Amino acid sequence: MMASSYNAKDEDGHHSGSVSHGGAGTAKSKKPDNTAFKQQRLPAWQPILTAGTVLPAFFVIGLIFIPIGIGLYVTSNNIKEFEIDYTGVNVDSPCYTCANNFSWNSTTSCSCTVNFTLEQPFENNVYMYYGLSNFYQNHRRYVKSRDDRQLNGDATALKDPSNDCEPYRKIGVETIAPCGAIANSLFNDSLELYYVEPSGALNAVPLAKKGIAWWTDRNVKFRNPAGVDLPTAFKGTAKPVNWRKPVYELDPSDPDNNGFINEDFIVWMRTAALPTFRKLYRIIHKNQSSTSTLPSGRYVLNITYNYPVLSFDGRKRMILSTISWMGGKNPFLGIAYITVGSICFFLGVVLLIIHHKYDTRSNSADIPN
Amino acid sequence: IKKKVLVWVEEGPPGQISSGENKTRTVHANILYDNAKGEENPNRHYVNNKIKTTKYTLLSFLPKNLFEQFHRFANVYFVFIALLNFVPVVNAFQPELALAPVVFILSVTAIKDLWEDYRRHRSDKEINHMDCLVYSRLEKRYMEKYWKEVRVGDFIRLRCNEILPADVLLLSSSDPDRLCHIETATLDGETNLKQRQVVRSFYDLDCEFDPLKYNSIIECEKPNNDLNRFRGYIIHRSGRRDALSKDNLLLRGCTIRNTEEAVGIVIYAGHETKAMLNNNGPRYKRSKLERQMNVDVFWCVIILLVMCLFTAVGHGLWMFQYGDKRPVFDVLSPDGRDLSPIMSAIYLFLTMIIVFQVLIPISLFVSIEIVKICQVYFIHQDLDLYDEETDSHLQCRALNITEDLGQMQYIFSDKTGTLTENKMVFRRCTVAGVEYSHDANARRIAMYQEMDSEEEECMSHGGTLPRRDSVTSYQSAHVVLRSHSTKSHRRTGSRAEAKRASILSKHTAFSSPMEKDVTPDPQLLDKVNECSSQMDFMRLHRQPMSQLTSDLADIIDFFIALTICNTVVVSSPNQPRHKVRMRFELKSPVKTIEDFIKRFTPSRLTSGSNSSSSSSLNRSSNRGCSSLLSSPSADSTLTKLNEEQFSGSLEHTFSAVPPSYDGKTSSNLEEGELRYEAESPDEAALVYAARAYKCSLVERLPDQVTVELPHLGKLNFELLHTLGFDSTRKRMSVVVRHPLTDQITVYTKGADSVIMDLIKPPDTGRKTLKKIVCRTQNYLNLYAADGLRTLCIARKVLSKEEYACWLQHHLQAETAIQGREELLFESALRLETNLHLLGATGIEDRLQDGVPETIASLRKAGLQIWVLTGDKQETAVNIAYACKLLDPEEEILTLNADSQEACALLLEESLHYIQAKFLCSSGDQTTNAFHSNFAPVETYPFSSSHISPFSVHRLGLVIDGRTLAYALDKSLEDKFLAVARSCRSVLCCRSTPLQKSMVVKLVRNKLKVMTLAIGDGANDVSMIQVADVGVGISGQEGMQAVMASDFALPRFRYLQKLLLVHGHWCYSRLANMILYFFYKNAMFVSLIFWYQFYCGFSGSAMVDQWYLIFFNLMFSAFPQLITGTLDKDVSAETLQRLPQLYMSGQNSEEYKPYMFWMNMIDAFYQSLACFFIPYFAYADSDVDLFTWGTPITTIALLTILVQLGIETKTWTWVNWLSIAFSVALFFTVALCYNASCPTCYSPSNPYWTMQKLLQDPLFYLLCTITPIAALLPRYFYRACQGTLFPNPVRVGRQLDKLPADTRRNILGLSRVTVGSPLRAEPPFLSLNKLSPESWNNKDQRSIAGSKTSQAKQAAASQTEEKGQISPPARMEKHFSDLFPLAPSELDALPYTKNDPPLPGTPQPPSAKDSECFRRTLQLSDQSVNVSTPLVSQTDSIQLNLAPDRASECVRFRRSSETGLRPDGTVQPACRTAQQEEQSLHTAL
Repeated sequence: MMASSYNAKDEDGHHSGSVSHGGAGTAKSKKPDNTAFKQQRLPAWQPILTAGTVLPAFFVIGLIFIPIGIGLYVTSNNIKEFEIDYTGVNVDSPCYTCANNFSWNSTTSCSCTVNFTLEQPFENNVYMYYGLSNFYQNHRRYVKSRDDRQLNGDATALKDPSNDCEPYRKIGVETIAPCGAIANSLFNDSLELYYVEPSGALNAVPLAKKGIAWWTDRNVKFRNPAGVDLPTAFKGTAKPVNWRKPVYELDPSDPDNNGFINEDFIVWMRTAALPTFRKLYRIIHKNQSSTSTLPSGRYVLNITYNYPVLSFDGRKRMILSTISWMGGKNPFLGIAYITVGSICFFLGVVLLIIHHKYDTRSNSADIPN
Repeated sequence: IKKKVLVWVEEGPPGQISSGENKTRTVHANILYDNAKGEENPNRHYVNNKIKTTKYTLLSFLPKNLFEQFHRFANVYFVFIALLNFVPVVNAFQPELALAPVVFILSVTAIKDLWEDYRRHRSDKEINHMDCLVYSRLEKRYMEKYWKEVRVGDFIRLRCNEILPADVLLLSSSDPDRLCHIETATLDGETNLKQRQVVRSFYDLDCEFDPLKYNSIIECEKPNNDLNRFRGYIIHRSGRRDALSKDNLLLRGCTIRNTEEAVGIVIYAGHETKAMLNNNGPRYKRSKLERQMNVDVFWCVIILLVMCLFTAVGHGLWMFQYGDKRPVFDVLSPDGRDLSPIMSAIYLFLTMIIVFQVLIPISLFVSIEIVKICQVYFIHQDLDLYDEETDSHLQCRALNITEDLGQMQYIFSDKTGTLTENKMVFRRCTVAGVEYSHDANARRIAMYQEMDSEEEECMSHGGTLPRRDSVTSYQSAHVVLRSHSTKSHRRTGSRAEAKRASILSKHTAFSSPMEKDVTPDPQLLDKVNECSSQMDFMRLHRQPMSQLTSDLADIIDFFIALTICNTVVVSSPNQPRHKVRMRFELKSPVKTIEDFIKRFTPSRLTSGSNSSSSSSLNRSSNRGCSSLLSSPSADSTLTKLNEEQFSGSLEHTFSAVPPSYDGKTSSNLEEGELRYEAESPDEAALVYAARAYKCSLVERLPDQVTVELPHLGKLNFELLHTLGFDSTRKRMSVVVRHPLTDQITVYTKGADSVIMDLIKPPDTGRKTLKKIVCRTQNYLNLYAADGLRTLCIARKVLSKEEYACWLQHHLQAETAIQGREELLFESALRLETNLHLLGATGIEDRLQDGVPETIASLRKAGLQIWVLTGDKQETAVNIAYACKLLDPEEEILTLNADSQEACALLLEESLHYIQAKFLCSSGDQTTNAFHSNFAPVETYPFSSSHISPFSVHRLGLVIDGRTLAYALDKSLEDKFLAVARSCRSVLCCRSTPLQKSMVVKLVRNKLKVMTLAIGDGANDVSMIQVADVGVGISGQEGMQAVMASDFALPRFRYLQKLLLVHGHWCYSRLANMILYFFYKNAMFVSLIFWYQFYCGFSGSAMVDQWYLIFFNLMFSAFPQLITGTLDKDVSAETLQRLPQLYMSGQNSEEYKPYMFWMNMIDAFYQSLACFFIPYFAYADSDVDLFTWGTPITTIALLTILVQLGIETKTWTWVNWLSIAFSVALFFTVALCYNASCPTCYSPSNPYWTMQKLLQDPLFYLLCTITPIAALLPRYFYRACQGTLFPNPVRVGRQLDKLPADTRRNILGLSRVTVGSPLRAEPPFLSLNKLSPESWNNKDQRSIAGSKTSQAKQAAASQTEEKGQISPPARMEKHFSDLFPLAPSELDALPYTKNDPPLPGTPQPPSAKDSECFRRTLQLSDQSVNVSTPLVSQTDSIQLNLAPDRASECVRFRRSSETGLRPDGTVQPACRTAQQEEQSLHTAL
């Protein structure tokens, strides 16, 4: 179909040429240009893949990757991480009662307390995550179920959110703000961490709520609707079905952290890639003093258990972790680099053998003459 | 568009045109109805002359174009998917976005179509608005009108050099002979002028044709596309009917020449003209590769469905496990209902089809088209395929089968005009039983060739053209009739000059100096002079001419016959398109008996002789001597070389020129040089030959031919009748009145077989005549054996009574309306009897340049070449020998049968014979030497054939047309094929066009092979259309073959580069690109597939939908297009020098079915790596969906690009640029996209994702390791493949890597001209020596030579092998045998597994062999030309690129001359075979 153009063009071109030049055929020779491009003689590099030519590449890759891998592995190992599952599946776990009695419909909150011990002190900033397992935040319909314009404070979208939010778009005549399934399923456990002093006194660890979301999310993507104050701005909207309180009361302690720009909300709205994920909950900033951020010792985790996960066999965790330049603790990349590096090295050796045995460049050099 | 198949139809018996309305068209003159209303005009139903080649109008464009595009299934599929996105339950992407690619593809195509259509529209408009003169009744004169306003039935007036606007019936011409000359070059490419006659009834009009008086009605055929047929009649008011033929019809598009004015009535207009009906658009064929690809596309569909099904089932199960407890993340359907797992599975199935749609590559089809256009462009641009002489280059007419060129297995070639030049050169003749060998002429021709080649060399060295004055002026001395204008052409004799000359005389056919300048045989020239001077003497003394001795009379008659018995038109170069004419009086051919009687009164006779004698005064003379003397000899090496050789003939020339002619030069000057325009080149050649004997044709009028003879001057022969050539009679005759003897003489010229039968049985006592006939026949056989085309010339003298008697019948025939052609035919037969044989001529149809070499290398490339020709057997066989199609060494099976049974028997016997030989060769060891002559030399694995591999023997098969007809019968075709395919060369002679196409069809369908047909004439059209690839030679025989072809070449030899280089490249490029496409899409799509396991099979994608949709269209599109267009696996030079590399395409080695699956598996592996490395790197982290998906996309892109890099063989800056561009484009687009809108692009909303990622070191770490891990296996595999199992192509590539001069040395050895004898001391490179151990390990089974000598050598080598050679002898290895030297060896090279086991050949080929080759290459690097000639003992290394991969290897052969023995005794079994074969021959 497309191909027909070329011929037509050529013939036409020729035709017009011969017409305009009339009999002077010599003037317009059809002789093709003798250029490197047209004659397909462009200077070129022609690598031939043989054992001999590629084996340096294998060695080089091996030699570069193994040190990188070791470096990554060591870095990852230096990261301290503590993880505790507080779902309450087992009967003897502190949250068992809460887990089994709680549902989305409950009006009263349930609390439980988990004790744990940190063997090693955590230096620098410590990040506190909540982790969920078996929670498919990446489900296709779930991921779609939001309205970014509403979250950006768009007045019209607030009143009339996108159909993507269905069936969490409206309750009766009132639109839901924030609409959609993601917002509806907002993680609403609250976690408090106490350090048990050697004396036995509970010392609350200061947990910073701010700075856990992307800067661009909090300042650009998420905005509250315009209004004198938040309750007015959200007037005429309903809270999501599963929520206890409206969006403008998410953080009673900090008025700036309410509405759509509540950072816990923002973090939740960034849907996780995999069914087992963690989300940043709080940051424990480094002390000014020389002591560790989280000294080793006993801790108490107070949980307000609001979020039911047992129905889909989910798990909830609390994770404390320091981070490095490459993120959280994950030895995989280091191991991967070391493995790939070693394989390359090994294959390099194999190729060397092949090269010596079959690639006869080197041993044919003697010319008896 | 429905294609009209243009089949050459031999003019059949003229059928009567029935007057039924459906069969004919009736044309009235429009002017009769000018005043009437439009409805009354009987012509109103016929289309007008406005042409419209556009497909669309402004309104219809959109619907029509879309409709056409939806003919392509893929488009429908993609639109279906895009529409699916609008269904809310299943949608995967934003519906508008999902439409984007389809809309993009459709609109690109639509814009292209629109643009093309617009161009057509413009050119239509231009043509429609050309002017012509149409008669207007109101104005009573011819008015200027646009072409588009011309209607059927209009009278139009045409002036010289005007182009005909429609098919016009010629009613009047300003030409006194009522002729109109047209040039049909635009229609059929034939450059000679054609004469058209005024309709008979308007012949005798004295005054100008007056349209107002016209009131006849024309009935003729419906419009059809046959250029050579027009039948109808014109009915006058009187009721008289006159027949119309194609001679009365002027066709649209032709140009009026040599005629000041002509008037005609439009018969067919616009799209119904023959020219338009013949105008087919480009053709579409589906290539083999595309067929194969479609199978794999089908597999992709299957894979897609399986993946979707798997996901759907997975989703159903996933839903099911939650039961009634609906988790928060499982969102209800929009209407709030709960979906059952089964329903969601079904919906999901549809969703997945959308998500995975990329697996069926929407861009593949577009990309293939783009790549093919680029390939066609490059083929067009190739300088090597450009013919300077004709200023033409290759034309690709079918644009989508370029890759088929790389997969050909059989070539069917026409002979005349394809293998040969179709330039006829007079070589020798025999007159009255005496042969004149024309040695000087032969030398001259040889010199042309030599000069051509030398000139080319000079050109290629970049030097200027050396002048060759001495040589050429020397030549010019031979030709007596000579003017300055020709001399200037001929001075150089070089290509470039010839080209210039051909441009000067662009429209004059057949004017190359080689054909024009015939060096006369001195002996014959003497005789001619003697004879004519005697005649002159006799005429002066009023003596009867009969006193001339009979052989002298024969000689002069012979030349007169050559001069006048043809249809050659004379034109002068000064006014190229105007006939030279000196009119004496208006005469017309004999029409009636009365006319005849009136004309043959004595008074007329004297006046005739008067005119001739008067014209003899200004006879031309010969200035040959002076021109010879005046040209000083320049220091040309060529002359020096040839000096001695030529001096002899020089003297001849001097003596041959009678001094008495020197004075009269004046008339010659004004006359200039005459040009002969002939319908067939044979005729021109004969006229030029006669001119060399100063018997030159000066003028041809319908009623009179003027011939200039030495001494006698100009003689006017009154032309009474011309009985034209036809293929059944195979002869033509002219009836003239001889001006000297006053006798009515018939000169006949025709094929020897026919003429010899018509020779008058010698009277008693005239033994000499019998002897002459006998001798002539002998010479004819000799000529045929030399490959010359033979013609016999005969004469017959009629008495007036005989003539009157014949004339009566003839006139009846001529005026007959029904069956006129048959009657005329019979009338001609009556006349052409009892002839007197004058002599015979031998004309050489020269082979085109490089034909033997091309055939040799095509054959080395594993192509089977069949020649299908209409020529007679002897000529065909000779040409076949000349072009090395047949080898003198090989046996020829000749099949000539005259009945079905005989043919069956013959085939049976041939089969037995071949089998017997087969058995023999495998049976006995001692007969090796014998059967190495005929042993199977090559085995082609017929990859697609269902029959077991067949070996091809050193056998030639020659079959004639009649036998072929029997053999092509259903019952025999299998046997015929079995015989034919085991022969190395097949030659079908005397085959009709239909047979040609049947043979091609048979081979194509039965053997399931790729066929290529090449031809130049209309008789090859059907064959060209049947073959997979049709190639037309755009030569001299017109454009019909070209119009039907897929590719048009200027010359046969270009086929070599077209197939071996461009075919190979196109195939390998496209094959690799298609494979890569499948890989790329599978790899990308399976990333998403793996993800389904982690998102509850919900159809979620971590790749942003924008990336997903534009990945193929934008990010990864360019590099593969560039690679698909520019990649060269092996350089052009190596491909041409090592034709064996072509076999990779024949065997489809670049793209085998398993490769698709290998690629798929590799794609799955790579996608696993690309998925799971990021997966584990980000496992249990706070990464969000698209921040995780974007690195995966990036990694996939990088992997895909590096994979392309691994598969790319040639890296030019374009490749680098395209890859860099792709990467840059991706990041630019990603950055812009991610920064553009914080609230858009639901659901991914990737605001600031890329920016964030670029700050993350993890991203870079991932992008480094993942592509490497993913590509490690492939890279390793390629490296091992390169070392352990190098295929021939790879060997070729390694050859490319060698320094240029070394490579040239190695390749140069293989370039030894085919046919040169095996030299005793071949030039060789002394190679290093392999260690003795390795030597002993070498494969030594390569003994099945083809030539006896080789077999001897081989035999010797065995004996030697047994250990008698001294180590130093082994040191010397003749590299010369690396590549075959002698022609026989060329084909004998590959020893295949199917070979019968030979003695002393224990080791199978191993990887060692290839290693050796590399070693030798390495060595040759260092030891080029350090040779020590060693005559007595020779060790040779033989590189063997056999068709099948397994046996590619290097072979070593040693031989010593001392060891040569006469070959072994032939086993009785073989003898019987031989005898059988002989008896076969004799039996036939």
